[in-house]
Amino acid sequence: MGKTIAEKIFDAHRVDTPFEDTQVLKLDAVFCHEITTPIAITDLMARGKDRVFDPTKIKAVIDHVTPAKDSKTAEQGKILRDWAKRHNIKDFFDIGRNGVCHAIFPEKGFVRPGYTIIMGDSHTCTHGAFGAFAAGVGTTDLEVGILKGVCAFKYPKTIKFVLNGKLKDGVYAKDVILHIISQIGVNGATNMVMEFVGPIVDEMTMESRMTLCNMAIEAGGTSGVCYPDMKTVDYLWDFIKDEFKTKENALKEYSKWISDKDAKYTKVLEYDLSNLEPVVTYDYKPDCVKTVREMEGTKLDQIYIGSCTNGRLEDLRIAAEILKGKTISPNVRGILSPATPYIYQKAMDEGILKIFADAGFCVTNPTCGACLGMSNGVLAEGESCAATTNRNFYGRMGKGGVVHLMSPATAAASAITGVITNSPFYKK
Amino acid sequence: MKTFEGKVLFLDRNDINTDEIIPAKYLTESTKIALKPYTLEDLNIDGFNPKKDIEGKSVIITRENFGCGSSREHAPWALEVNGINAVLAVNYARIFRQNMFNCGMVAIELSKETIEKLFNDYKGKDTFVSIDINSQKITVEANGKKETISFNVDGFDKALVLAGGWVDFADKKY
Repeated sequence: MGKTIAEKIFDAHRVDTPFEDTQVLKLDAVFCHEITTPIAITDLMARGKDRVFDPTKIKAVIDHVTPAKDSKTAEQGKILRDWAKRHNIKDFFDIGRNGVCHAIFPEKGFVRPGYTIIMGDSHTCTHGAFGAFAAGVGTTDLEVGILKGVCAFKYPKTIKFVLNGKLKDGVYAKDVILHIISQIGVNGATNMVMEFVGPIVDEMTMESRMTLCNMAIEAGGTSGVCYPDMKTVDYLWDFIKDEFKTKENALKEYSKWISDKDAKYTKVLEYDLSNLEPVVTYDYKPDCVKTVREMEGTKLDQIYIGSCTNGRLEDLRIAAEILKGKTISPNVRGILSPATPYIYQKAMDEGILKIFADAGFCVTNPTCGACLGMSNGVLAEGESCAATTNRNFYGRMGKGGVVHLMSPATAAASAITGVITNSPFYKK
Repeated sequence: MKTFEGKVLFLDRNDINTDEIIPAKYLTESTKIALKPYTLEDLNIDGFNPKKDIEGKSVIITRENFGCGSSREHAPWALEVNGINAVLAVNYARIFRQNMFNCGMVAIELSKETIEKLFNDYKGKDTFVSIDINSQKITVEANGKKETISFNVDGFDKALVLAGGWVDFADKKY
């Protein structure tokens, strides 16, 4: 019987089956940030087990609150920094070199097809865009990952999402994933891998695939996953060119992970997305989704462009094209947070940051910041924010604030008018 | 091993997320006990007052997809420091459920019908629940009425509860 990509990865990494249906996997990478890792570190120290399984497979970044905003966040950064130094973890990214974890780790080439990756962060599912099994875990699983390089999971069940048709201009990966979540609900893929295939995925850039997989968790998915293809190889080429003679060789090797034609799925869901419109969320769950048309005119107080979902160069370029020569509404505050220093630099070189600044945006350093209401743009009670982030939970960006999730294009167009607005790229 | 019995807090809603259990702004705390006053602070359910309703409760009964959203283990920790070691629900978000068992706590799944019946029969009453992980039985008591419900728990989750967590289990074995 054929296997899915997730089953193939499990079969290649299994070190134990301690109980029926519980499989312990060897990890290729353990990613760490300063919010969930310090408690794992202090617990390991308290147990007299301050060790790491392999410093080359651990990657760490300070990203959630950076630069530190107070003594508590300074202490969290210090614990991570001291630990990285103590264990000779070379891939540690601190102020000036740090960015949002799910943007910077792929950018550095740390994700490969067929990898198993965990992190104490629910949006770890992002890395499935490369054909990896990548799952968010809690601090205890992270602690064991750091110590032993293993993690336990149930054998994966998969829902296959076949995305047919061709997206209209002005419709993006963010609209696609919000639409899918609205169809299956926030509990629609719990304990499942969400495998995304079809012509629309084939067309997507790696950045768009990361946006797609990033929000798998918002439907309860364990990991999002796309098949590796030539776009994957192109993205990774600088990091893998010593391993392979040609890109074709790399593609051939990575293709072994692609699901077999006769693989068994829990469900196969097909969508024709040729008529999909730009969408936004309302209310407090990511499955509460309406078209921008239906929500048009909704008053906003703040626009936030950034995060592990949509803070990449592609996102900034699209938004800048809309903002060029324009000024944002005097009724809104605009905040741009490029997701990594590389993105920041490129956006500077391409004149994108100037476009944002001229339009009236504040440009922050790369950080998770306001997405989870930690810093750099927390909402006041009763305020609304158009955000390119991933969660519209009650209080997510600040107590009593409302978050409308949307694509960077819709966010940029809405910044100009001060109300929810379709982007000029979308022609009805 | 922890104990799993006491008075019940009924949370009558689906999809209660970990931001509602403990908001992100408190994730800068470095001890579990510091989370205590903020638990369920942002949970909006008619008639629910976190300041007084959590006090003295040991078990949560709720509906579907409890603990969705963020991976923060601060969510089970926030419950734990309030004396709540057990949740009964129709189902859970994967990461939250695993975090509960990894901490030696229990997140038990009961059928939708059973949960519905528990809400109908006991919500609003002074209800006492006792969970026995070995016999896989739950006793529910209120106003002189008493009943026993069976539940399933897989081998791994049970082993974690009995061992008191995943770190020692894994360090010995791998």
